[in-house]
Order: sequence, then C-alpha cells, then structure tokens
Amino acid sequence: MARPPSRRPGINRRAQYSLFASYVVALVGAAIGLLLVVVAIFDPTGFAALRVAAAEVSRPASVTMKGMVSGVSSIDEVLAAYWQAGSQNVGLRRQVEADRNRIIESKAIAQENLRLKKLLKLVDEDSSDLLTARLIASSASSARRFARLNAGAWQGVRPGMPVRAPEGLIGRIHITTPNSADVLLLTDTSNIVPVRRASDNIPAISTGLGDGSVEIRALTAGRNPFKPGDLLVTSGIGGVYQPNIPVAVVVRAEGEIAYGVPLANPARVDAVVVERVFEEAVTRPGPSAPAVAAGAEAEASGGNAAAP
Amino acid sequence: MIDPHLHHVPRLGRYPSRFRLAGTPIITVMIGSFLTALPIIAQSAILPPFGLLILLSWRLLRPELWRTWIGIPLGLFDDMMSGQPIGSAIFLWTIALIGIDWVEHRMVWRSYRQDWLIAAVAIIFCISGGWFFARITGGGSVSFSLVAPQMVWTILLFPFVVRQCARIDRWRVMA
Repeated sequence: MARPPSRRPGINRRAQYSLFASYVVALVGAAIGLLLVVVAIFDPTGFAALRVAAAEVSRPASVTMKGMVSGVSSIDEVLAAYWQAGSQNVGLRRQVEADRNRIIESKAIAQENLRLKKLLKLVDEDSSDLLTARLIASSASSARRFARLNAGAWQGVRPGMPVRAPEGLIGRIHITTPNSADVLLLTDTSNIVPVRRASDNIPAISTGLGDGSVEIRALTAGRNPFKPGDLLVTSGIGGVYQPNIPVAVVVRAEGEIAYGVPLANPARVDAVVVERVFEEAVTRPGPSAPAVAAGAEAEASGGNAAAP
Repeated sequence: MIDPHLHHVPRLGRYPSRFRLAGTPIITVMIGSFLTALPIIAQSAILPPFGLLILLSWRLLRPELWRTWIGIPLGLFDDMMSGQPIGSAIFLWTIALIGIDWVEHRMVWRSYRQDWLIAAVAIIFCISGGWFFARITGGGSVSFSLVAPQMVWTILLFPFVVRQCARIDRWRVMA
C-alpha cells in the first residue's frame, strides 16, 4: 500500500497555519497534562471534582450490569439444584428437623445472655457501622487498585473510612463523589495497614503488591517470625481501622518479608460495610469530640494509614 | 451468494449526516474508555486499555480524520474513567499521536504490518508511561511485571480492534 493521503497542506498558507496551530494546541495540551500529573504527585486526591461527572454518569450503568451479572452467575446453582432433587429433599427435611431443636436452644442462650448482660450493666453500643453497599466497578485497566462503591458523600461516606466485608478487610475510602466513592483496595501498592498476628500479637505492616497479594513486614527485630498459615488481623494502631478485622493469611515467607493473601476477595463479596474511622467511633461522645474526630479524618484522608 | 455487506450500498443523492461522520469515531473511543465501568473487580491490571486501542485504530485507518489535539479531550475522558491520575492519558495519548504523525512523514511504504508495529510502539509507550505515572503519584512500588502481560495482550488485540473499526467505518461513510 502506498502512503496515505499526506497531511502536508501544500502551498496553501491558511492550511499551513491551521496545521501548525493544531500542533501548538496539542503540545500545550500535553504540557498541561504533564503538569496535572506533577500536581498529582503532591496531592493524589486533587481534582476529585473532575471525576465526579464521570463517576455519576457511569454509576447507573455499572449498577445495572452488576445486577445482570449476579443473575447470570447464579444460573448454574439453579440448574444444579434440579440434579438429584428427590434425595436432596429428603436430606434437607431431616436437616430442618435437626436444626429446629438447635434454634430453640440458641434462642434460650441468647435470652440468658441478655439477662447476664443486664446484670453486668454492659450495654452493647457498637455503632461503628455506617452503611452497607456494593462494589460496582474497578480500575481494571490501570496499575492502581481502586474499586468503585455504590454509595457516596450524600450517604455519609467520607475519605479515610475503612471498608470491610464479613470475611475481612477490603480497603479504605479514597475519594468520594455525591453518590459513589473510590475504595483504595487492600492490595493497592500504596495501602499500608498496621496488623498483628492473631495468635500472639506480633506487630507487622501489610503493604499491597498490586497483584492480589500483600507483603508483610514484621516490626520486631530479628528474623522473620511469620510462617505459612499465620492469620493476620488489624491491630487498631493508627486509629483508622478497628482492631481484630481479619486481613490476610500468610502463604510464603522469604527472608525478611512474608507474603499473604487477603481473606476477603473484593470480586467475590456480595456487599461491603463502610465503617466509621475507628478513632472517631471511639472518641465520639463528649463536647470536645468533633475537633478530635475532624483531625483524625483529615489525617486519614491526607496520608496513608499512619504506621504505628 | 452475494456478500451481505454489499446489500448496504450508498444510495444516490444521500449522504451520511455530519454527526455520524464526525461523531462515530469519538463515541467509539469513549465507549472503549467507558469499559472500565464493567462490574469487574480486578485484582491486577487485566483489562486492555480499549480507549487507547480504538483511538490508535481510527488514527491509523483514517489519518485525515483528526488533528493531534484530539488526544486532549479523549485523554481527559479516559483519565476520569480509568483511575489513573488526571493528566496521564492527556499527555501520553497526545504525545503518541504527535509521534505517529512524525513517523508517517518519514515512511514511504506502509502496510498493515507497519501499522501494527506503530500501534505496538504506541501501546508500549502509553502503558509504561501510565505505569510510571501511577508509580510517582503515590502508587508506591508497583512492579513493572504487573503491566507487562496487559501490554502483550493489548498488542495482540490490536488487529481485532482495527477490523471492528474498519467495519464501523464502512457503516459510517455509507448513507
């Protein structure tokens, strides 16, 4: 094939100027783009307002598709249920009979528990949960690991709030827009979480590796104390995450570093819970609390989770 | 048997609307960028940058379609959708388009293979540039091996995408 029609405008002066101007505009635009990146080095959450429009436009589409995907992915379960339906029915009926007794027992235990708590004057006031929402999309083509949450500033979500699933920690809110929020996943390379070993409180720091696993560095001197199978939970240091949220399980130890796999897979979990920043939830009551809480939130949104 | 595509022929005296002629390529690139809104919660960079792929396809298919500044608005849209720092695609796409212009003036003979080569270089430039920007803007130590597979299958996907763009192009110019 010969070369395509040339863009050289020939001797037409006006066309020459127009072409030259287009290159000038393009180069200036590229320079502005570079400048924006340089600004982002110092202020990673800046220009969040620019993302608002895109996030708000794409949210309904993502939510709709998420609903479709959940419906499609459960088709195999429905089909499998027809397989051996008769024998399964008998088995399930027996199971229900057995479970009924257990339910009655557990109801009695719950009642007794309530009574004992009243005796102890212990009031269960765990108000750290803010809301439950779904993860609807993610930065699938970028090297960073963000997921988009189907709830935002209008629902009370603020940057820095921890996000968890029943299985374990998911990450932390990065940017909020009116109806959606970007979650910095646990596996992002900039997400640092203070953790401890569940069995014996050895403190460590978990850093994402960007490929679905995390890197764990012990804070104790000496050789690496971790071995495969160790369970890690948040330590509560730094005031962002509540203590004792399951984080990861160690799969490999190499030299000073141990590698772990998060316990909660963001692609699998159905719904996630946004929690209040731990320090804020603890220090809320009292007249001087708002200032402290605001300070904690600013700290949480400004930098990474504070290292202990 | 007549090729089914030939049933669709331009009718005498009818021309496609200006919106269809100018808008179709822009809309397809934006749809490509929009694919990150798919409900995939990825654990690494698995999705090829479709916006970039479609942009390169149109640029190499129809050199006269756009001036190089088109990388600025389309790049901005891609940045808003992709989770990269704002400005990353604006810079990388515009530089890639200027680079393609520069190469085009120097190449005498060009065929499909040279197009693929040009696209491959542009893809490598844009993905590694995006990786570098993610690294310096608070991304910590993202290792390069994370984006290398994405780079490979983006390059391998280019012929397919360019075919689809050619198909859309045929519809675009026929009334």
